Amino acid sequence: MINRRGALKAILTNSAILGMMALIPRISLAAWNTQAFSAEDQDTVINTLYDDIPTDSAHINLKAPDIAENGAVVPITVHTTLPDVKSISVVVAKNPLPLAAQFMIPKGTQAGVSCRIRMGETSQVTAVVETATGNFSSSKEVKVTIGGCGG
Amino acid sequence: MSKGILRVKARVKGDMTNVKIMAKHDMETGNRKDSKGNKIPAKYIQNLTIDVKGRRVIEAYLGPAVSKNPYLAFTFEGGEKGDELQMTWMENTGDSAIETAFIK
Repeated sequence: MINRRGALKAILTNSAILGMMALIPRISLAAWNTQAFSAEDQDTVINTLYDDIPTDSAHINLKAPDIAENGAVVPITVHTTLPDVKSISVVVAKNPLPLAAQFMIPKGTQAGVSCRIRMGETSQVTAVVETATGNFSSSKEVKVTIGGCGG
Repeated sequence: MSKGILRVKARVKGDMTNVKIMAKHDMETGNRKDSKGNKIPAKYIQNLTIDVKGRRVIEAYLGPAVSKNPYLAFTFEGGEKGDELQMTWMENTGDSAIETAFIK
């Protein structure tokens, strides 16, 4: 039986569900840079993400193991004392897709992140720090004895 | 949609809050093959954003080169015991969820 009360209720619940569906993707829809994440060499990644080529900086502390026994889990820690940091990216030169992760650092959050990445083979790992006054980077070679990409 | 994949430790230290997150997720790259030689389709977390009291404290974009069960640690200014962390994650498949945890 459709009466006024039932119809109203149906309309309300339907619109609530529709509203939720519209809301959830919008909240999480941020600028995941498809072009940068699908780039196949480091230069393309850097050129896609940044206007200026990052310069080497001693103010970035990139912690990574010298030798990673298992490329499937390589702990990386990046800290920097540079001011006004906007983002930190981790790039692995010899991975099939070099850009591993990008972290947006809003004001009030310390410019430091730890994460774990995969590495296919021995490679330079570069941390790129984007600040209000320019882009800076620091690199380190990580030797991998067992690769972590693919089967 | 899988739910409750994030394990969170958030602790106040002085005027800072230290957050450690591990997501239980395979982070399938799309390069692996199953025992029959069929490619396993890519399925990984692309996006993880965390808000505290309406303030964004970090936004992470992850690629398939992030390890299985991704881990993320960071520190932000402010935050008090009992504040709620609102964590939104989204996979490359479009699946997403919002999870919450409290600062201890």
